[in-house]
Amino acid sequence: MAENKVPVLETKKLGINFGGLKAVSDFNIQIYEGELRGLIGPNGAGKTTVFNMLTGVYEPTEGTVLLNGVPLNGKKTHQFVAAGIARTFQNIRLFGQMSVIENVKVAFTKDVKYNLLDASLRTKKFWKAEREMTDKAMELLSIFGLEDAADLPASSLPYGRQRKLEIARALATDMKVLLLDEPAAGMNPTETAELLECINTIRNRFGIAILLIEHDMSLVMNVCERIKVIDYGITIADGLPEEIASNPRVIAAYLGE
Amino acid sequence: MKNNKTARGYLVNTLVIAAAFILFQMLTGIFGGEGDFKLVLVPSLWQCCYLILLAASLNLVLGFLGQLSLGHCGFMAIGAYTAALISLACERAGVFTDKAGLVYILIIFGCIIAAGLLAAVTGLLVGIPALRLKGDYLAIITLGFGMIIVNVINNLPFCGQDGLSQGSAAASLYKTGLGFGSKAKVTYLWIALVVTIVCLTLMFMFVRSKYGRAIRAIKDDEIAASASGINVSSYKVLTFTYSAFFAGVAGALYACANSSLSTSSFAFTNAGILNSTFVVVMVVLGGMGSLTGSIVAAVIMFFVNYQIANGSWVAALPPLINGIFKYPMLVYAVVLVIVIIFRPRGIFGTYEFSLVRLPEDIKKARARRAAAKAERKEAASHG
Repeated sequence: MAENKVPVLETKKLGINFGGLKAVSDFNIQIYEGELRGLIGPNGAGKTTVFNMLTGVYEPTEGTVLLNGVPLNGKKTHQFVAAGIARTFQNIRLFGQMSVIENVKVAFTKDVKYNLLDASLRTKKFWKAEREMTDKAMELLSIFGLEDAADLPASSLPYGRQRKLEIARALATDMKVLLLDEPAAGMNPTETAELLECINTIRNRFGIAILLIEHDMSLVMNVCERIKVIDYGITIADGLPEEIASNPRVIAAYLGE
Repeated sequence: MKNNKTARGYLVNTLVIAAAFILFQMLTGIFGGEGDFKLVLVPSLWQCCYLILLAASLNLVLGFLGQLSLGHCGFMAIGAYTAALISLACERAGVFTDKAGLVYILIIFGCIIAAGLLAAVTGLLVGIPALRLKGDYLAIITLGFGMIIVNVINNLPFCGQDGLSQGSAAASLYKTGLGFGSKAKVTYLWIALVVTIVCLTLMFMFVRSKYGRAIRAIKDDEIAASASGINVSSYKVLTFTYSAFFAGVAGALYACANSSLSTSSFAFTNAGILNSTFVVVMVVLGGMGSLTGSIVAAVIMFFVNYQIANGSWVAALPPLINGIFKYPMLVYAVVLVIVIIFRPRGIFGTYEFSLVRLPEDIKKARARRAAAKAERKEAASHG
């Protein structure tokens, strides 16, 4: 990581209070292009709260989120997505009644050029945009091996494939940073291994930055280049996986003193 | 280029509509546009047209966007009064010299479009604050707005109690403009049919585009939708406005079909066919998320309503049962309860009827039924 490079995603002294409770404070992170970062911590440490601040769901009470050096203060979730931050959810949130391919197409919506008039009159522009969208969606689905399920309702997919679809949908927003909230939660070892492969594929293919929250230590230790550990909203460690694994404060936070 | 199947679908639909239209014109020729044809069938078709538009437009908000709005008839009232007032103004200005002329038809269409536009503007103004709420709260606030709209119209000097709603005055108000008599209804039935078909097409196009996908995504999961880059509040307001436009058009058709207008016919407390809960019943009956379902449900509910009001068999029933039919809302409630018990997702669910896909769909439904039967058999043999 060259020092002169601007980080894709950067936070400066990010913090949030819920009433009198300081849920997260002084959270600083710099993620560079192509980097895979891990964010871990015991239950209730504030990991998902950080994610919610990074995606505009919560407005931080202090500090800023910068994307490519541009601050995103006061923006709404969909504007964060438009700027280039996409996420998946801890408990899968797909559009269950819609088909698999439609789930991906929804994420293209913000980039589609045609307007209501084009849609009403079915102009050439409409057909062209729709066809391009279908092609792009199929391409994304094929990366995740979901192309055979394109027309099935999303809710009918097994758990592991739903996860993959959620990642595919996040990728469809054409983001620069991907935030994965416990992608391996509830998966068996085979599914986790598949997911690992998936994450590596998209990283190599799209060259994006990924921030990963995970409980599955083997996954985090295997794929992440650097790991950040928080507890009670405070950063207690930040470093290479080996360093984290032997850090006494981290061990204390996880196992108790 | 569109794919062949879609192109074939458009072609088949256009041909079927054209064929139905020609057939209808031939029937008009045979019956000479007299008798029951003139007094029952044609007025019924007019009524069906605006009920279909009303149900389908509410379905955009209720079925596709998933937001409960109980003020839909308010927008219809705006449409009806706008159309009537413009027509009245034209008449007073002496534009209607010739009732069959091109100018006349242009003004009628102008009235209809203006009605839709004003309803849409009101929908936008109501939608911006109201759609910040969800669920029951949205239902209550839209219910309130519906009542407010009706009350405002009622108290405007030029269209309230002393204006258009006076029965005796109404007939003269409409001497040459809207408010077709039974003969004009036959002559201008094509206007109602064309307007309904065009509006339904527009709604289908809306639903089957990025807009439809976005609003169905919002219905399924708002948080996930905004995390996919969809501006949830603006899509909600857009859909609400779009839906109000068609409710306004339905109102204009209502103004065409009735010789007098009264705000009480759009009021929430109205026990007749035109109140916002009745429209909700139509949408639920047809299936939330199916425009073709709304069309079928609107026709069914019209038929039920017509039979309650005019069916000779109702009068022949014993007084105890007959009494129920004096309260049409009770009957609608029973219809709704029966539908909810046997088909909780409405008659059509989210299925859209399609002429091109019909053979395919029938095959699929048969396969499903056979599979379900086999499963039951197996379960029985195990048990």
